[in-house]
Amino acid sequence: MSRLVTRRGLIAAGTLGAGTLLAGCDRVIQVPAARRILFSGEDIQRGLQRTLMGRDALAREFDASDLSPVFRSNGTANPDTPAYNALVAGKFADYRLEVGGLVARPLSLSLDSLWRLPARTQITRHDCVEGWSAIGQWHGPMLGTVLKAAGLRTGARYIVFHCADFIAGRPYYESIDLFDAFHPQTILALAMNGAPLTVPHGAPVRLRVERQLGYKHAKYVMRIEAVASLVGIGAGKGGFWEDRGNYDWYAGI
Amino acid sequence: MGKTLALRYEASVTEFRDAEIDSPAEADGRLVFRHRLITRLWHWLNALTIIIMIGSGLGILNAHPSLYWGQYGANFDRPWLDLPFWPSWLTIPANYNLAISRRWHLFFALVLGFGLLAFMVASVVNRHFRRDLAIGAADVAPRNLWADVKAHLALRFHDPARPGAYNILQKLSYVAVIFVLIPLMILTGLAMSPGMDAAWPWLTVVTGGRQSARSLHFIGVTLIVLFLVVHVALVILADPINEMRSMITGWWRIPEDEQ
Repeated sequence: MSRLVTRRGLIAAGTLGAGTLLAGCDRVIQVPAARRILFSGEDIQRGLQRTLMGRDALAREFDASDLSPVFRSNGTANPDTPAYNALVAGKFADYRLEVGGLVARPLSLSLDSLWRLPARTQITRHDCVEGWSAIGQWHGPMLGTVLKAAGLRTGARYIVFHCADFIAGRPYYESIDLFDAFHPQTILALAMNGAPLTVPHGAPVRLRVERQLGYKHAKYVMRIEAVASLVGIGAGKGGFWEDRGNYDWYAGI
Repeated sequence: MGKTLALRYEASVTEFRDAEIDSPAEADGRLVFRHRLITRLWHWLNALTIIIMIGSGLGILNAHPSLYWGQYGANFDRPWLDLPFWPSWLTIPANYNLAISRRWHLFFALVLGFGLLAFMVASVVNRHFRRDLAIGAADVAPRNLWADVKAHLALRFHDPARPGAYNILQKLSYVAVIFVLIPLMILTGLAMSPGMDAAWPWLTVVTGGRQSARSLHFIGVTLIVLFLVVHVALVILADPINEMRSMITGWWRIPEDEQ
């Protein structure tokens, strides 16, 4: 064997190589083409998962004995804007959920009218992108019921949720596609663990999309908009964290 | 060039089949063809993938470095293990960025999963598993295992009678990684996905819950790191040049003291 290649040399090269690999990853992702390939993982995962789960596969539902003793709140704990504070002071009597965009009949729904809709109660696991999970009971009308009442127009592909809270000065919003919008467990939660939603958990209305991670479950939902494309909303990636931090729009994994 | 390589590969495969690695006397000189192309490709792709998975996985773990057992687990619940914040020289990316760590992790998860699947299918078809990794009852007899432990401690890694064959500890560790550890990582990884849990509800049943799956994922990677350390250490102790060449070109030289 060549004297140029020595045991010590190989060990040094191997150590250097592993170190370079870790550091190199940060360089690689700066290359637009490499970044596109890496980010395409999201589309592949979405395609595979949707193929395997089908439209109506349900997230597991638990018993009351499985509830987390304490369900932590995350993200915004209180929107604390003058408009929101006024709603809280009035016990949400003046709250209206606006439903618009590509719909036949735009709606403006009071909290009372939402409470009168047929509702679903489900005990599900909430999975944060950070890694923790909490089990809670959620109660509210199916999003599909509201969307059918408004009547989606042809061309509508996504449902956007505009929220009352701001993070770092930007309004929180989220979006899902119709695959999840008409899923039976996708509800506009009005209550949690048997009581009306509290402010830290998104009062008065919080989206539940049980087959996706926590940041998709928009709190403080004020307006629902049906759109053909996500372009032009926020930075166009479909949600606050998607715009701001490169988080996946499809958060089923 | 490509044709020459292909011809050489074909020739070497034929030679390999004719010679059978356990009869060195018939092998061409002192070199034997030890690793087929598909094995070598998977080895290096997997080496890259696993290093990226570990780095990006530690980056993800930094978002919530506590582990729980059961279905749920968060700040107000009792973790069985609190981990330190992993330093930037171990994580991908170096600076904490959960979204980018996830991009790396979830893309290379596909490479890991489908790579393993392809390697397994190929290794059944080309009989790599049966020929090189099959473990017989006699192999795992305590006396045999003990003899191999002693041989390892004496830095003798090859059976003089069959220098090309894997020793029993080697077989056991490769079988454990290929058939237990990597599949465990894939299974527990899938069980952490809310989408996959809806698609395959048995995932959280067999793992004992999403937080248990997360804990098992960490225990699994700890064992993989242990394997990596021992694997690399033994390559260095055996003969790094010879071992590296065999995993790059396929050709392995029978150590002189064992011919």
